[in-house]
Amino acid sequence: MQSTDISNPDYFHKVVDCQWACPAHTPVPEYIRLIADRRYADAYMINWKSNVFPGILGRTCDRPCEPACRRGRVEEEPVAICRLKRVAADYKGDLTGRMPTPASAKNGKRVACVGAGPASLAVARDLAPVGYEVTVFDSFARGGGMIRSQIPKFRLPESVIDEEVGYIEALGVETRYNSTVDSLKSLLDDGYDAVFVGSGAPRGRDLIIPGRQEAAANIHLGIDWLSSVSFGHVEKIGRRVIVLGGGNTAMDCCRSARRLGGDDVKVVVRSGFEEMKASPWEKEDAQHEGIPILNFLVPIEFLHEAGKLVGMSFDKVRAEYDGDGRRNLVSTGEAPVRIDCDDVLVAVGQENSFPWIERDIGIDFDRWDMPKVDALTLQSTNERVFFGGDAAFGPKNIIWAVAHAHQAAISIDKFCHGGDLRDRPAPDVTVISQKMGIHEWSYDNDIQNDMRFKVPHLDLGIALKDIKEEVELGYDEQLAFKEAQRCLNCDVQTVFAPKLCIECDACVDICPVDCITFAEDGPEAELRTRLSAPALNLTQDIYVSDGLKTGRVMAKDEDMCLHCGLCAERCPTGAWDMQQYLIDLAQVSPIKTRTTRQGVQA
Amino acid sequence: MTYMTKPKMHHPDLKTNALGFTRRDYEGPVSTLCAGCGHDSISAAIIRACYQLNLQPHRIAKLSGIGCSSKTPSYFLGASHGFNSVHGRMPSVLTGANIANKDLIYLGVSGDGDSASIGLGQFAHAIRRGVNMTYIVENNGVYGLTKGQFSATADKGAKNRRGVPNMDEPIDMISMALQLGATYVGRSFSGDKDQLVPLIEGALMHKGAAFIDCISPCVAFNNHDGSTKSFDYVREHNEAVNRMDVILGREPITAEYAPGQMEMVRQHDGTYLKLKKIATDYDPTDRVAVMNYLQEHKARGEIVTGLLYVDSDADDLHGYLDSVDAPFNSLSDADLVPGAGALAKLNASLR
Ligand SMILES: Cc1cc2nc3c(=O)[nH]c(=O)nc-3n(C[C@H](O)[C@H](O)[C@H](O)COP(=O)(O)OP(=O)(O)OC[C@H]3O[C@@H](n4cnc5c(N)ncnc54)[C@H](O)[C@@H]3O)c2cc1C
Ligand SMILES: Cc1ncc(C[n+]2csc(CCOP(=O)(O)OP(=O)(O)O)c2C)c(N)n1
Ligand code: SF4
Ligand code: SF4
Ligand code: SF4
Ligand SMILES: [Mg+2]
Repeated sequence: MQSTDISNPDYFHKVVDCQWACPAHTPVPEYIRLIADRRYADAYMINWKSNVFPGILGRTCDRPCEPACRRGRVEEEPVAICRLKRVAADYKGDLTGRMPTPASAKNGKRVACVGAGPASLAVARDLAPVGYEVTVFDSFARGGGMIRSQIPKFRLPESVIDEEVGYIEALGVETRYNSTVDSLKSLLDDGYDAVFVGSGAPRGRDLIIPGRQEAAANIHLGIDWLSSVSFGHVEKIGRRVIVLGGGNTAMDCCRSARRLGGDDVKVVVRSGFEEMKASPWEKEDAQHEGIPILNFLVPIEFLHEAGKLVGMSFDKVRAEYDGDGRRNLVSTGEAPVRIDCDDVLVAVGQENSFPWIERDIGIDFDRWDMPKVDALTLQSTNERVFFGGDAAFGPKNIIWAVAHAHQAAISIDKFCHGGDLRDRPAPDVTVISQKMGIHEWSYDNDIQNDMRFKVPHLDLGIALKDIKEEVELGYDEQLAFKEAQRCLNCDVQTVFAPKLCIECDACVDICPVDCITFAEDGPEAELRTRLSAPALNLTQDIYVSDGLKTGRVMAKDEDMCLHCGLCAERCPTGAWDMQQYLIDLAQVSPIKTRTTRQGVQA
Repeated sequence: MTYMTKPKMHHPDLKTNALGFTRRDYEGPVSTLCAGCGHDSISAAIIRACYQLNLQPHRIAKLSGIGCSSKTPSYFLGASHGFNSVHGRMPSVLTGANIANKDLIYLGVSGDGDSASIGLGQFAHAIRRGVNMTYIVENNGVYGLTKGQFSATADKGAKNRRGVPNMDEPIDMISMALQLGATYVGRSFSGDKDQLVPLIEGALMHKGAAFIDCISPCVAFNNHDGSTKSFDYVREHNEAVNRMDVILGREPITAEYAPGQMEMVRQHDGTYLKLKKIATDYDPTDRVAVMNYLQEHKARGEIVTGLLYVDSDADDLHGYLDSVDAPFNSLSDADLVPGAGALAKLNASLR
């Protein structure tokens, strides 16, 4: 097969499973090593550059990095990447001199951002420091979007939001809070060079079944109810509460209800437990707070007496799979299940709505009434208008909103300066050999056998009393160090130089996970079956190199490699080297936060 | 040398053998030899062979002398018995151990210096007595441990690192072993595990004196141009006479080769050596023909490898001595010291 082209930055980027999976491509192993070094501020700034909200994300991120983490493949559980991010935020101390400052000279370009959620704020963060005049509009009195309006304070304290929204507001961004944009046309007429739409997916889906009208006073749409709770308009709920829905919003609803007087709170879900949309840890946290999750129950009606909600009835169903593997929920035919309650929270989905965007200003909408947005450039069919976050492709999460924002900012920058939007800037790749002596590396290559450490929680008795009391306490420094040591340093790459190899087999013999093979060449699919350990995980590349004296090829399965460096230690000729690949995705602003263990780099 | 321990983590698909052990369970601590030393590859081959043969680690005794090669038993079979003897004295210690407990599997690991220089006499006698053992010489043509002086197996004309040639005749341990009556003789190369692992497996299952000469480049002192024991030189001059597989138990014997190309040799314990012939005129059961073949090919500068000779009906030292079935170390004092009466009787019978 074709020898691997390791000069393509994607090749080694993919080996860093967590960074590759992170929508914003945060250099995870680098910040984890800095945490182990107790260089929390450096770790924070690396995060801040990539994902803009380390303190917020360190508590709330959907963490697509963790299911991708290599540790989960070679051991049982991934490194607690997300909660280590929080450690960087918790212990960072003084950041004086590290944050960019407002641009000293403006570049004459004006950009309007609709909404002050994470998407818009990250666009502002990227554009303001290089001279753009950025104006952010939001209907609410303060910035943060759903981070502030939806995520309950027991998961994310207000002070963390204030701090990280504050860093952006301090960059010379003009904020127009308490002002709803009710016409995109007039905004465009105001002469902005570009408009970024980061208005989110603000509408909760309703459940229209018998009794909905009659019992309306005690039926609440989840996201509306959560924002009322966040802004202090709602401080109580009935004793018995049913939460409908299996997503993260449902989990936030039930846990909030538990803290506002609901002592008998149940989550009722149509599907089975496994298929629920909520993240496993959200479900775990809810159950831990004494909230049962009842599955395979489809709502039939809201029951009411004398105009007041008294309960709900459900049809019990089971999952059946048709020939195409599609799941159907089929009634079991049993008698309806009745559950009495005082209040119902409906958390069955979230939708976009753009009543303020005129349909005759060149923005095409598709048949689901979503704007047509280019996935690469985030540009709409009106070249001056860009979308990002939940507004672009439907509800996702904070880290995707940030990732969109970086790309949209690059597009806006190119658009304002007449560049080709499809020509995306390459990442900045820094390669540093880790070799210090024959058996000394500038990274800690020894592998720790510890299992994942649990994050300490507040005593439940206290946690359930106050909805503003943060329930997770975070790792202390000792636990953080130990958890950080579980990281396998997947960004320290095994780089092979075939010309130096004498085919002595030392690397093959030492490799603890049987990654390396010297074999006759063959087509990839066939070669994969002939390796020391067959490479059956097709989502992971094999690194193939020809140019050996015997005419064989070196084939290394990237799947299980521990990045322990033993191959390089046992190689007599230095044909293997351990090289750190720092891959920094391109951004508009030249924010200087790159810190390596060798020192601060520009 | 490497300071960290090899991580316990292994590939999740790593298989277990009939005893429930993975290959990693047959390992020892990380080697302290020079990185790239051929000896480490031989250790890896031994680990693989013992794993594949389902050997119980505590039923194996590994014995060695002095040298880099003789250090290697520290780095494999961490759960087996071991004895590191005086320089060149491994064969007599092994013989003694085998006399005391014939039920263990004996693996002697030695170097060309340890066996062909200081230990030549010991080597010769252990072989000619037919001690039931696997005797591996990790042959690099130099005294690696003492910084690379030529050993007694260095070829005449081979050059050292400074370009000075060796003027002494080499000792050919394969020819000696054949002459002295070894009943399983093979030569291999540390850089060819496909050949080496089955050769070690066959030797471990063989009853009688099994000898393997394994060329094993010393990366520090004998892997340069002008050396005849370097990776490049051995790869260029290697002439395998056959390829072997060890067939355990009653696995089906499939004839995938044309007649005359494949040969099944039944070993004493019921295992089969499946030999795929490369040199079609080569008969590994004819000792005299083998000796001639080796001399002819050596004169042409070829390094002949493979299973060179096997006598599958061989007996061993205990057979020649007609010793009791039970190992001596299991006999009681009463069995071993029959008393004055028995002695008087024996003496009387000799009068
Ligand atoms: C209950 C709940 C819990 C969640 N928990 C998490 C979590 O733990 N982790 C996670 O990653 N994600 C979570 N999410 C999702 C996350 O909040 C969103 O994906 C994210 O906030 C989207 O960011 P955004 O910038 O696109 O829009 P938003 O955060 O929705 O911000 C949009 C802003 O635009 C304003 N706006 C809209 N229209 C106008 C207009 N016409 N004029 C002026 N202002 C306007 C709105 O007031 C709002 O402030 C959760 C969502 C919900 C509902
Ligand atoms: C009685 C005695 N004489 C000499 C030595 C010095 N000495 C140590 S190792 C060695 C040679 C080992 O050569 P070899 O068996 O080929 O092992 P290698 O290191 O090459 O694997 C010698 C001469 C010794 N240790 N003891
Ligand atoms: S770094 Fe080298 S020795 Fe370690 S697991 Fe990866 S390939 Fe194997
Ligand atoms: S240890 Fe080095 S020289 Fe030996 S086979 Fe591996 S890469 Fe090649
Ligand atoms: S000196 Fe030679 S024989 Fe000894 S460990 Fe080093 S390479 Fe191996
Ligand atoms: Mg030697």
